[in-house]
Amino acid sequence: MIAVAYAWPSIAVFVVSSLLIVAGAIGVLVFKNPVHAALSLILSLFGVALAFLAQQADFLAAVEIIVYAGAIVVLFLFVIMFLGEGSSDTSAVEPLVGQRTLAGIAVSLVIAGVVFLMATSHWVTGVPSVSTGGTPLATGSDNIHQIGAAVYTTYLVAFEVTAALLIIGVIGAVNLARKERPRVGEEQ
Amino acid sequence: MNVPAAWYLVLAAVLFGIGAFGFLTRRSAIIMFMCVELMLNAVNLTFVTFARTLSDVGGQVSVFFVMVVAAAEVTVGLGIVVAVFRRRSSTSVDELTEMKG
Repeated sequence: MIAVAYAWPSIAVFVVSSLLIVAGAIGVLVFKNPVHAALSLILSLFGVALAFLAQQADFLAAVEIIVYAGAIVVLFLFVIMFLGEGSSDTSAVEPLVGQRTLAGIAVSLVIAGVVFLMATSHWVTGVPSVSTGGTPLATGSDNIHQIGAAVYTTYLVAFEVTAALLIIGVIGAVNLARKERPRVGEEQ
Repeated sequence: MNVPAAWYLVLAAVLFGIGAFGFLTRRSAIIMFMCVELMLNAVNLTFVTFARTLSDVGGQVSVFFVMVVAAAEVTVGLGIVVAVFRRRSSTSVDELTEMKG
């Protein structure tokens, strides 16, 4: 029995989080109404946050709920309701014959390939703590300290680039969603 | 002792597969974006799992950056969806065929 070697709370947490994740993801797949799909996505994201918590990523679990469930899904819901689109998903008709079957085959092949690679190879080298100089992964507020220190030292350039990316994203979104008005010189 | 990393990695592979299947089969652009989010979360889960396995906070920092890029991507993507909807009164990707050769 392999399950005996592990503490039962961690197994229980894994089972609950995987049920949440898979149920939510399948809900996104099957619900016709986009609002229901968005709510189902929140369920899946809560499962991911739980899996983060179980793996000592406390800060990311909080960010997952605040940013994803709190901001991104709300943005989805806002756009769905702004467009007033009920269930215009025409997935009942299949313009490409056998698209679903082909997609299912391709996806199962990819999953099976990844799991097979994982089972047969040793690509986890086991070299620990490259970016933190040998300190082990901390939990709680120390986890936030570690992430903050890494972001502002090792990954500073990437951090600055994401700041620029966010500005570009905001300006681009405003520019795209704005109604087109005739320019000053072209008014009739 | 915590459950082995392989369990979470298989869970992430399954989540990625569900997201990819939805992206390939659904027609509504908004739901396709949600499936992209599912795939991004699957990758985030593998990052966190490896961060735990290797005891390295770099994986968690990567997740942080993935979340920032996902937020920017959703903002611009939904802006495009709104712009398309204004012109076509539909978000079905099957009707966007102007560039068909």
